Amino acid sequence: MAVGKMVFALILGSIGTLVLGFLAKWVDRKVTARVQWRVGPPWYQPAVDCIKLMGKETVMPAVAQGTGFLITPLVGMAGACVAVTMLWVMNLELGVGFVGDAIVVMYMFAIPALTTILGAAASGNPHASLGASREMKLLLSYELPLTIALLVAIIHTGGSFRIGQIVGAQQEGSMVFMSISGVLAFLVALLCVQAKLGLIPFDMAEAECEIMAGVYTEYSGPPLAVIFMTRFMLLAALPIFLITIFLGGVQLTGWPVLASLIKFVIILVLITLIRNTNPRLRIDQSLRFFWYMLTPVALLALGLALIGRQYGVGWL
Amino acid sequence: MRSVSKGVNGKRTLIPVGPFHPLQEEPEFFQLWVEGETVVDMDLRISYNHRGIEELSTRKTFDQVPYLVERVCGICSSTHPLAYIRAVETICGCEVPPRAKYQRTMVTELERIHSHLLWVGLAGHFLGYNTVFMWAWKYREPIMEILEKITGNRCAYANAKIGGVRRDIPNELFDDIVRAVDSCWGPTEMLTNAVLDDPVLHARLVDVATLTHEDAIRYCVTGPTARASGVPIDVRRDDPYDAFDLVDWDVITFPEGDVMAKAKVRLLETFEAIKIVKQAVRDCPNGETDAGVEEVPPGEAIGHVEAPRGETFHYVRSDGGRCPVRHKIRAPSYVNVPSFRASCIGQHVADVTIAMAAVDPCYSCTERMAVTKDSKTGNELMDAKELQELSVQRTRWFEKQLGIEPFDKRWGPKLQELLA
Repeated sequence: MAVGKMVFALILGSIGTLVLGFLAKWVDRKVTARVQWRVGPPWYQPAVDCIKLMGKETVMPAVAQGTGFLITPLVGMAGACVAVTMLWVMNLELGVGFVGDAIVVMYMFAIPALTTILGAAASGNPHASLGASREMKLLLSYELPLTIALLVAIIHTGGSFRIGQIVGAQQEGSMVFMSISGVLAFLVALLCVQAKLGLIPFDMAEAECEIMAGVYTEYSGPPLAVIFMTRFMLLAALPIFLITIFLGGVQLTGWPVLASLIKFVIILVLITLIRNTNPRLRIDQSLRFFWYMLTPVALLALGLALIGRQYGVGWL
Repeated sequence: MRSVSKGVNGKRTLIPVGPFHPLQEEPEFFQLWVEGETVVDMDLRISYNHRGIEELSTRKTFDQVPYLVERVCGICSSTHPLAYIRAVETICGCEVPPRAKYQRTMVTELERIHSHLLWVGLAGHFLGYNTVFMWAWKYREPIMEILEKITGNRCAYANAKIGGVRRDIPNELFDDIVRAVDSCWGPTEMLTNAVLDDPVLHARLVDVATLTHEDAIRYCVTGPTARASGVPIDVRRDDPYDAFDLVDWDVITFPEGDVMAKAKVRLLETFEAIKIVKQAVRDCPNGETDAGVEEVPPGEAIGHVEAPRGETFHYVRSDGGRCPVRHKIRAPSYVNVPSFRASCIGQHVADVTIAMAAVDPCYSCTERMAVTKDSKTGNELMDAKELQELSVQRTRWFEKQLGIEPFDKRWGPKLQELLA
């Protein structure tokens, strides 16, 4: 791709995802409100929240390492922007990827979590440092099963690390989800996404009633708005990631638009319902959950997928 | 505030909870010394928000004091006056008419239902389970509404008075009371089943912050906190008042002492409270509701009742005048809160939050006294005189800003007139 086209794609993809993220956050808040017998906010509320924060004062803690504290939210947002742009481009133009782009997307999705840890550590707040240590442990716990789940999809779609091929193979044949290992891997990945989004039961890094706002305790004003927007983007991007890997990709032409939208909303509502029907886990419990429960399930799915591929059994 | 202290091998971090609780929105200050995620030591500071209720009480007439003490706590607003009234009734030696006894029982037990449901909701919120929070508070609403219907207020009921009740609850409203508590039974059952069955809740509540039987006795904890540690104390049974010895109910105890046991005690007590209310409504006789106490003779007495959080204890001394000369209040949280040192040290930070909520602490009940000191010299800052001067300065500043006449000029003559 030419540089100009790349920049254009980056801007368009980021802004599009941000708008989608605002709407996704609204769906999340509205569904939550309805589950809890409340009315819920109007559709523009998440955007208005961010705009309002943009006009607020940035309070710097006296003990904070200024540069690291303020720059990390931006780096996190940049990571999210690159990840979603790659996802969009590779979904819409199947041929443009490069070998191993699936791994790069995974890396890019890890950047917001890493910058959160750095920013929290730079803020010099004891609540934030506790939250940062939790975020770090959480990152270590969910990346392993998520990667294995991704491998399942890669095996199903011909063994290529290119997202374009993962999507293309699903659109020509059947979705990864239409097999036993695919369903298992999808469920594992869904729970990992829940943790990546920092939603209950895996929101211990910002555990509201335990450690104030955890990693975000000291943030205020525009930096907080940037953090919010990054999280909204992820709330839109990670369901798209799941659709790309397991549910046949996102298409923006003709009838498949509707199918993509339905898949997106179903995943979003599923995530919202999980967060509304569970209490928060403790960090050691969630680590054990990911390593000793989800990782074996993901490995089982991997085994099934390998067997299915070896003997040509599509539904395994 | 220093974030890291030079404690044992320099690794201890101070996690402050307070000086104003982020969730309960009450003044308390817990300093958790943390190594990694484990709390290794803690310091409790409460009672720095002086409310002056005991002193105020000695300036009110005996009949006015219930209005004051029901404002000690928004949730226990029928039990505080009741404890005071029991003390004064002991001094007077008067006998309360049976209808009044049953009606007081109804209101205190309705209060217990809504208080326990409130706790269930808060406990859910502490665990990040906001759906339980919203649901429990929704199901508590019919109880609040029926209390408003029968007493005129959602809290601060002002229903009990020395020698009886202030306003008779008419028999026509009894059906509404039964309907309200019945509407609460199903949801409470659902919440109980949810707590007992949910594996994630089990992971967060079972064997967490256990207060052993011995520690419960050593720290003299009361109420559901004690009963969840297998200490079967309940003022309603041990020293029955009102109609509690006339109706059939059980004291719920569990031996485990963990947060789960405390949740179970409260949930099952809600059912007992519903049973008590229904029996009180059924058995409530017709007749007088006021013994007509005219004067309080000299003497002293204690009164204690079982509040939703434990034993509320009031001491009253009278010299035969219009006002009590001494009124001492001890709220249940005052003894329950220090038990954190026994239950929370050695726990995860994440568990300490719910453990500190598990005794259903009510800091507003407990708060007594505040002193502001300079951290370097130890001298007291901001005494009453200084605060008053500051407030006068502030008023002057506002008057100047708004361009209005000073207070003295506007109101001085009128005040003189009124005082004359």
